[in-house]
Amino acid sequence: MDWLNAILQGTLLGGLYALFAAGLSLIFGVMRLVNIAHGDLIVLSAYIALSFGVSLGLNPLVALLLVVPTMALIGYALQRLILNRTMGEDLLPPLLVTFGLSVILQNVLLMGYSADPQNLQAGAIETASVTLGPLAVGVMPVMVFVTAVVVIAALQWMFYRTALGRAFRATSDRQDVAQLMGLNRAHIFGLAMALSLAVTALAGVFLGIRTAFDPAAGGARLIFGFEAVIIGGLGNLWGTLAGGVILGVAQTIGAKIDPGYQILAGHIVFLIILALRPRGLFPRIDG
Amino acid sequence: MSLSVTRRTRLSTAWLIVLVPIVLLLIAAPWWAGRADLRLMGEIALYMSLAVLWNLLAGYAGLVSVGQQAYVGFGGYLFFALTMLAGLHPYAALPLVVLAGFVISAPVAVLIFRLRGAYFAIGTWVVAEVFRLSFAQMASLGGGSGTSLSPDIVRSLAEGRDAREAVAWWLALGAGMLVIGTVVWLLRSRQGVALTAIRDNELAARSLGIDIWRTKFTVYVVVSGLTALIGALIFLQKLRISPDAAFSANDWTAFVIFIVVIGGIGTLEGPILGTLVFFALRETLADLGTLYLIALGVVAIVIMLFAPRGLWGFLRDRWGLELFPLSRRVSGLAKKEA
Amino acid sequence: MADAILSLQALNAHYGDFQALYGVNLTVNPGEVVAVIGANGAGKTTMLRSIAGLLRNAPEAIRWKGHLIGALRADQVAALGIALVPEGRLLFPSLSVEENLVIGGQLGRKGPWSLQRVYDLFPILKERRLQQSTSLSGGQQQMVAIGRALMANPDLVLMDEISLGLAPVIIRQIYEALPGIVGEGLTAVIVEQDIAKALSVSQRVYCLQEGRVSLEGQSQTVPRDDITRAYFGV
Repeated sequence: MDWLNAILQGTLLGGLYALFAAGLSLIFGVMRLVNIAHGDLIVLSAYIALSFGVSLGLNPLVALLLVVPTMALIGYALQRLILNRTMGEDLLPPLLVTFGLSVILQNVLLMGYSADPQNLQAGAIETASVTLGPLAVGVMPVMVFVTAVVVIAALQWMFYRTALGRAFRATSDRQDVAQLMGLNRAHIFGLAMALSLAVTALAGVFLGIRTAFDPAAGGARLIFGFEAVIIGGLGNLWGTLAGGVILGVAQTIGAKIDPGYQILAGHIVFLIILALRPRGLFPRIDG
Repeated sequence: MSLSVTRRTRLSTAWLIVLVPIVLLLIAAPWWAGRADLRLMGEIALYMSLAVLWNLLAGYAGLVSVGQQAYVGFGGYLFFALTMLAGLHPYAALPLVVLAGFVISAPVAVLIFRLRGAYFAIGTWVVAEVFRLSFAQMASLGGGSGTSLSPDIVRSLAEGRDAREAVAWWLALGAGMLVIGTVVWLLRSRQGVALTAIRDNELAARSLGIDIWRTKFTVYVVVSGLTALIGALIFLQKLRISPDAAFSANDWTAFVIFIVVIGGIGTLEGPILGTLVFFALRETLADLGTLYLIALGVVAIVIMLFAPRGLWGFLRDRWGLELFPLSRRVSGLAKKEA
Repeated sequence: MADAILSLQALNAHYGDFQALYGVNLTVNPGEVVAVIGANGAGKTTMLRSIAGLLRNAPEAIRWKGHLIGALRADQVAALGIALVPEGRLLFPSLSVEENLVIGGQLGRKGPWSLQRVYDLFPILKERRLQQSTSLSGGQQQMVAIGRALMANPDLVLMDEISLGLAPVIIRQIYEALPGIVGEGLTAVIVEQDIAKALSVSQRVYCLQEGRVSLEGQSQTVPRDDITRAYFGV
């Protein structure tokens, strides 16, 4: 029964990882950009929620109403002012610029909030749980998982059923021809980053409620998100959710064997899948 | 009618003449530099080596790794294990560290070369994390809290503290020269021509029959082995190792990337110049702490956006400088036409 | 000259160190079909890409309805009513046939063209509307590319080598549809290697040779020898 519990907890944890990954997947899909600062932006969201909590006395879940648009704005500005200048054939500039951004963010947070671990207090909901037969399931993890499913379904719908999604796909296919259709690439990229960081805001707040975080916590989150994307298969959003779940289950089972193996087990499962299925478990079938 | 191809420029020849006394002067450093200066110089030599190696990887082979701390930490830990657990003399352990670096990086390369571009970068980071978490599990090396090099091993290096400091410096200097020599040799070899071709146009290089995978694999393995050696020397200087210090992404990757970007990526001189600038900044601004790191990040971003060839690229475009005779020049063309 | 809707004045274009166009002058009057002919590499595609904003230029090099548009981005040029049917069709592979058409009209300019009218013009596209655009034959893809440009309800359509790589029967089909397209008062610049085709549908013709205008004349009256000379530079 312990093992079943571990698998269940891991599955729910996978929802959080899918939220880490969805934003990463989105901007890669639209503009082939890999944002090394993605994890630090997740942590930044948690700190913004913390500040809203302190200054306005908001529950972090309510603060989301402010954190999501704030992060979206930051994303749009970041893309238009800095990242758009690096977009092109050469992979090095965006990589190194987002890497520099990552270091800057970590140290700005260090200056503003010190290295002490922080926590977001969401109240009674944090400890609430329901019993399913022999298993106890936390309300919060279930909420996170459901949010992840809803976010991915919404992104999927946006991508394939809306004008914005059409514009994203067209720009991803052929940037210059999309420009001929009257789509301003710089603006489209800005919107993609805004959307990515809006999802990041959800991920950051849920992370902050679940565990303590500090300014250096971003790197691991980037890695978890990245592993979920690769396990699931590049460009497949539902695959990303599956990838998050596989990673989460690997970690909780690893932790069950020995607490020291939690993270390591996740990495090892990732490397095994990379060795056996380099395109991920559910690669997108390209036309 | 005599058409000849040369890589030498007047400056690079002059530079080679100046280089000999400089190297002699550096070898003699224990007799003219204080203990603190010697330590700083050792650190500079080791950082310069890391920067030159990372530049070969990212600037020439297009393998942008953010996980080279994997090999710094691996080299450091292996050196401690070989001397303390296997009882080897430090001088015997060092070449073994390089060999082990080659051996361990080969399967890693096979695995992570499946990731393209930026995803390769994050893949290297995952590998570094796997290394860190694995070494943190080894109780015989102190687990998560790390261990110190035992005094008798330190003593086996040389008699007396001054002599040991001198030896540590000579090792660092020697490693630096080995690294720069290896990179120059590699870039002047057939592999180097292939690398330059790949850097300039991967598709064209492939159509010329250059085996891109093999060229990149060779570079990755050579760089990783030498990075492990530098790691061993870094922790020989520090005398203490722990997973967090050994596999620090900030110390062994972030700083190194900033050095290369500021100095000029894709040139051999760039990382060397970048290291000197980095240490000059550090010695004057390090009191600023986190602000210093933020400034470093901002400078790196600004350089990447507005002068992507870095300081050395700027100087070279301005005056056509080249210290290391790497690029080929044709002389006698004008005569032939006349 | 005063009533020209589009005029190029001393248009130059460069790809790095290579200069593709040297001081090209060209005018297009409202409602007119202008053919641009020339050998491979003469600069025809470069000229259309410059007009469409894919290559940037000095503002005054291209004048459109009184605006100086030489330095505008492609999306800004599109918003002013210029559409390009690019060489090689360049459909969006991850969009369906219908989505390719719809995105052509995403600026929402008013005019006669709608999804329904494009389907009336090319009925086969309606049958294939839900397919991936890359699964169509070359001729059908070209119909989508033309339809996509028309969906923008442009005042000027630039067509680059629309018969390239297609079977003769398909080319005939597409050229038969052309009068129905330009009959709406739409102005068109057609780049074509097939000289006879180009002359048959146009009122005026320009010939480019190595980046320079080598001939300008009325399509119906210009002597064939002049064209041969302008085309091959003999």
